[in-house]
Amino acid sequence: MGSAQKAPSVSGDRERVLGSLRRALGRGQEAAADAAARAAVAQRIDEHRRGLIPARSQLDPAQQVALFETMACQQAATVGHVAHRDAVPAAIADYLKEANLPPRLRVAPDPALTGLPWDTQPLLEISTGRAAADDTASLTGAFAGIAETGTLMLRSGAQHPTSLNFLPDVHIVVLRAADVVGPYEEAWDRLRAHEGDGAMPRTVNFVTGPSRTADIEQTIQLGAHGPRRLHIILIDETD
Amino acid sequence: MSLPGSNFSDDVRVAVADPQLQRAMRHVKEGFIGKRAKAAARLPEFEALRDAARDIKNHTLAHLDLYLEHYEAQVTASGGHVHWCAGPTEARAVILDICRQAGARTVTKGKSMIGEEIDINAHLEAAGITPVETDLGEYIVQMRHERPSHIIAPAVHLTKDLIEADFRAQHRQFPADRSLSQVPELVDEARQVLRQRFLDADVGITGANFLVAETGSSIIVTNEGNGDLTQILPRVHIVVASLEKIVPTFEDAATLLRVLARSATGQEFSTYTTVSTGPKRPDDGDGPAAYHVVLLDNGRSDLLDGPFREILRCIRCGACINHCPVYHAIGGHAYGSVYPGPIGAVLTPALVGIEAAADLPEASTFCGRCEEVCPVRIPLPKLLRHWRERAFERRVTPRAVRAGIGLWAFFARRPALYGFATGLAARLLGAAGRRRGRFARLPLAGGWTRFRDLPAPEGRTFRNQWAARKRHRP
Ligand code: SF4
Repeated sequence: MGSAQKAPSVSGDRERVLGSLRRALGRGQEAAADAAARAAVAQRIDEHRRGLIPARSQLDPAQQVALFETMACQQAATVGHVAHRDAVPAAIADYLKEANLPPRLRVAPDPALTGLPWDTQPLLEISTGRAAADDTASLTGAFAGIAETGTLMLRSGAQHPTSLNFLPDVHIVVLRAADVVGPYEEAWDRLRAHEGDGAMPRTVNFVTGPSRTADIEQTIQLGAHGPRRLHIILIDETD
Repeated sequence: MSLPGSNFSDDVRVAVADPQLQRAMRHVKEGFIGKRAKAAARLPEFEALRDAARDIKNHTLAHLDLYLEHYEAQVTASGGHVHWCAGPTEARAVILDICRQAGARTVTKGKSMIGEEIDINAHLEAAGITPVETDLGEYIVQMRHERPSHIIAPAVHLTKDLIEADFRAQHRQFPADRSLSQVPELVDEARQVLRQRFLDADVGITGANFLVAETGSSIIVTNEGNGDLTQILPRVHIVVASLEKIVPTFEDAATLLRVLARSATGQEFSTYTTVSTGPKRPDDGDGPAAYHVVLLDNGRSDLLDGPFREILRCIRCGACINHCPVYHAIGGHAYGSVYPGPIGAVLTPALVGIEAAADLPEASTFCGRCEEVCPVRIPLPKLLRHWRERAFERRVTPRAVRAGIGLWAFFARRPALYGFATGLAARLLGAAGRRRGRFARLPLAGGWTRFRDLPAPEGRTFRNQWAARKRHRP
């Protein structure tokens, strides 16, 4: 490949673009105005002040869980409840059977999930790791549930490969009721507390119901490319 | 290549005489408008959120250079790369270079209007790299060698029979006698075909709905999950985004997300909102090893200084398109530009020059519905008028229109007279057209009503209503 095909000098474009932005915004004319603009930007980023938050999501914890469930179901997710995490394997075995799906499950390498009493379900075939192309069902945890719109917040990491959220036909998510928050803003605060300010995992997925498309004649059809079903198991325990 | 809108009147004639297109366009009118109205009604804070969304964008645009610098520093700190590109040529060169270095043979693509703007598919193909559109609508449009006719519903101009015929012609691997007349069957077949493409791709290209300065993250919003498979599975993830996609913080993004899906599809929230930051971390089980952001200017920095700055608030929800009577009548392709509808009529002349797109600002009835529904309150009719004035000044206005504008200019310089004359006309037309709400024929406007019904004014002009509304505001 000849040098003629090399990308044009990108740093050249950086100065060109920034230069024309600065000109358009009148920078470099008044030192005080420039300093004020810088201060405003720094403050906005540091403060991450909340905007207008819909009243709908500002509820007591029990009502939040109820709203989460209502909203998630409106978006075609299904929700099951267990009183204790030890009941999760049985709930999954029942769900797969009722849905007429093979008793196979790819489980996220998360000790809270791999440590569940799977031996109570000898017919369920369990493997762990990232999703493979022919996986039918996956199981992951969730970083938070957002009541406002029935949305799951999923955080990528060693314990949660993102492919599990998208490749299998069925995505099953275990969510502790204690991890349900009201609005998106509360979920961000939790994430910031977890990661440290300014840091982020590679991927944060907000998931509201199963995959869908309306690209053909505005007809909504589930299971476009991602999961055809999203099943959420809420653990009601308050440990 | 023809210029945007250069064959506008011919294309319009063809479009309105096309029964298939007219059938397909009914779905826009019947679907999007009602869904948005219901979603807005369900959220009492919706109007206040639109104000907040507008204010966030205004603040960000006033500090665009500084937020972009902060954003760039954060992308770099998380292990990604930002490539500043003045125009399409530079952007294409950067993308091709990344693809070549990755040894890419196929590239999957999430839906990206910036990708359309820089015409990246044609250039990838010319370099021997196969681009695969993965959004169902985009996939269909690519298969037909067409352009998207809508920014969020690319195949909205097609009926399912046409799509079935295309699938039968292209997907030869399936039995010829399979049943394929229903939407679920079509969706399922596309899913099967594209699944392997996702797994085979070397590079994934997505757009971005937002870039977040705080953390150097990009956000995509989809319903299908195709954007996610595009950016999880390949070794390299390229984000193509224009400068004005930046927002300061996640709190700001939350406000904009609250109005985006509701305005676009009437959903409370889209199925997938995905935040990506840098390449995969050392102990991540999957994700791309490299993360590049191609940051495109293409004329936007010029818009920042002047009357068109407000168009940079646009979050590409498509609501103005969905509510536009001209779009309903002619579909997206007749505009001949990447962006159709009111947003396109304002943005395209800015991107390609008014000389090359003088017809587009004419594609409006000034009914004002676009501004009424725009989640970031862009005064689209006002901006269209600015373009008309500029086109007129430069004498590039289509000749038939010049006489009309001359008359309009006479009134415009005499606001009281204009108010009286249009008020009178609106009341008369309103009374005459009230029974059907539309005119199929209007004296002296045959060129217009031959192909479209003109919405009957509701008895008051936009100026009357605006003045009344202002009085009612605190
Ligand atoms: S101009 Fe407003 S309504 Fe139109 S696409 Fe942009 S944000 Fe949406």
